[in-house]
Amino acid sequence: MIKGHLLSAADLTKDEALGVLATAHELAQITDGPNKKLPTLRGKTIVNLFFEDSTRTRISFETAAKRLSADVINFSAKGSSVSKGESLKDTAQTLQAMGADAVVIRHGSSGAAKRLADTKWISATVINAGDGTHEHPTQALLDAYTIQHHLKGKGDDLTGLNIVIVGDILHSRVARSNVLLLTKLGAKVTLVAPPTLLPVGVEDWLVDISYDLDQVLGSCDVVMMLRIQQERMLNSYFPTEREYSRRYGLNSQRLSMLKSSAIVMHPGPMNRGLEISAESADDIKSVVIDQVKNGVSVRMAVLYELLGGVALNSEKSGVK
Amino acid sequence: MITISNARTVDGKVISLEITEGQITKISNQPIAGGVDATGKLIIPGLVDLHTHLREPGKEDSETVLTGSRAATAGGFTAISAMANTNPVADTAGVVEQVFRLGKEAGLCDVNPIGAVTKGLNGEQLAEIAAMADSAAKVRIFSDDGKCVSDPLLMRRALEYVKTFNGLIAQHAQDPKLTINSQMNEGSVSARIGLVGWPAVAEEAIIARDILLADHVSSRLHICHVTTAGGVALIKWAKDRGIQVTAEVTPHHLLLTDELVENYDPIYKVNPPLRTEKDVWALREALATGVIDIVATDHAPHPIEDKDCEWQAAAFGMVGLETALSVVVKAMIESKLMDWQRLVQSMSTTPAQIAGYTNQGRLIEVGAPANMVLIDPAAKWQVRRDRLNSKSKNTPFDGMELPAVITDVFYNGKQTVLDGKVING
Repeated sequence: MIKGHLLSAADLTKDEALGVLATAHELAQITDGPNKKLPTLRGKTIVNLFFEDSTRTRISFETAAKRLSADVINFSAKGSSVSKGESLKDTAQTLQAMGADAVVIRHGSSGAAKRLADTKWISATVINAGDGTHEHPTQALLDAYTIQHHLKGKGDDLTGLNIVIVGDILHSRVARSNVLLLTKLGAKVTLVAPPTLLPVGVEDWLVDISYDLDQVLGSCDVVMMLRIQQERMLNSYFPTEREYSRRYGLNSQRLSMLKSSAIVMHPGPMNRGLEISAESADDIKSVVIDQVKNGVSVRMAVLYELLGGVALNSEKSGVK
Repeated sequence: MITISNARTVDGKVISLEITEGQITKISNQPIAGGVDATGKLIIPGLVDLHTHLREPGKEDSETVLTGSRAATAGGFTAISAMANTNPVADTAGVVEQVFRLGKEAGLCDVNPIGAVTKGLNGEQLAEIAAMADSAAKVRIFSDDGKCVSDPLLMRRALEYVKTFNGLIAQHAQDPKLTINSQMNEGSVSARIGLVGWPAVAEEAIIARDILLADHVSSRLHICHVTTAGGVALIKWAKDRGIQVTAEVTPHHLLLTDELVENYDPIYKVNPPLRTEKDVWALREALATGVIDIVATDHAPHPIEDKDCEWQAAAFGMVGLETALSVVVKAMIESKLMDWQRLVQSMSTTPAQIAGYTNQGRLIEVGAPANMVLIDPAAKWQVRRDRLNSKSKNTPFDGMELPAVITDVFYNGKQTVLDGKVING
């Protein structure tokens, strides 16, 4: 069982992470049935506090919370008091006054979730749904779940797997969380990017680095493509989209270099034709849709453990 | 007349002295009856800061010349230098004279305005430097601090222009293109926590360029707040070649590292940023050996709301006047890298010489202006942000126990601090 807040993948021990995945698995089986809803978080209020547009992550959290019978309030920055200059502190205190039990926060500033948890602005449980270029821990959990599901057995860690993460590592919160979590679960992670998109200091991470995608594809079990934001080109991280795509895009030729058992992942939204070709995105190896589906189960598990306070099986046996 | 008895000087003599009409009029090795008993205390000349942000005019909610002067005297400073990045910018004789006059009115320390190098700090056109030099404020130091004079041609012209009155350009060494949106030192910590990096090379590249420019036009150059081991090496190289460069380091860069940024508490957000332990040790050694000439506070007050927020929304800067001496004692004397004599040199004598503040940084001798500080070097104190004299409370040292307690300060013969409390202010 995880406790407190979920701010970084580094907060989780290996056992805690595997525990969340196991809970997600249990919940997935229940919600695959005809009645998708559990009463666990009835009476709890969960606020989705989104300072950046992210429809996908927001509706994933919203679906997860609703399936656990929580009340969900969506607070997005656009058109709200935030766009009128209200500070994060005042927003947080407003939510506190309204009785939020948990705040799921997406913010453009690295560390915003940690600040919310560390300050006295709010006493609710804080779940980081992406902070700047820092972390996105539930994305890493859902990716680990997806990998476990496809390549390992229930309850297994990820020992022995070669996972390649490709793209804008420098600006990617998905990459940071995944590096922390996947290596903790025993996987070997290789980051592939042009040097401009790798942070100075990356040499301290417990990963391998390569500038050459073709060299690492043949031996990998998972290839995870990251979204390239087109504005990066304007800041000279790479010359043109075409050149980036040619060197680092997952096209059909590269797809054919993969082992038959390998899977292709992408956190979405995809730039088809840039970092991933349409053929690769829609190929049998692609598990992108599974990632979305698993995202709901994993986020249910996180909310369940952080807010429910009881282990799943004990609740089952609690019907006396 | 004020008398002080049994004070110990940094070279180990125990002295007693008389102050009359702002000057030291008698020094004796026998105690003088009555007056201040300074047994067990050190006596040093008043500290001199060449880098202070006072925020007046324009941001009086953060600091005023008066509140900044109170903080300065509480910290043992008898002279401070008000940076030009006020609103309006101190780029005309009118603004520097206003700040100078407010300093006189406060009457707690010398407040010497620093003039802007470029009009509006915009880096495009020289400010009316000679008019500020000729004004009642007699400005001799010019700086766009907060911003770098990044245009090399403009920097060259500024270095040349101030030679007419033996002026000094104080450069904030930060290449703007290499530091767009920068939040913290670029390295292992920034990579992990996902904040935009401020690479050491952005400081080093400007230092390298400017020492070559200063050499070429035979001008004096001062480098503000050096933070990098590479910057230290470049300054040493320049000094070895006889180039007229001086440099300062802040107390916080002598003690704190970028590991503190890990929790995203903006109290540690400062520009230039906190660096690595390796840099801290290079800075300490450079200060001890004189490669870095002086300590300067870069006292940068900000209101609560500018720090009680998420990291990126926060302002850069720390207050430092009231903790400077104790932090330097902790970083430099407790670590046995330097003694009190070198401390006095680096925080009083040399800054006064660099700036040409002839009434400051003088030896404790008959005829010298009575700008002096009494310190209990054996005592410790705990920093409490709510007890600071500064109007702003953004100290990174809150709660920390620091060595050396300032008990009394005399400014032009007038006692401004008594038992650690500011008086006459």
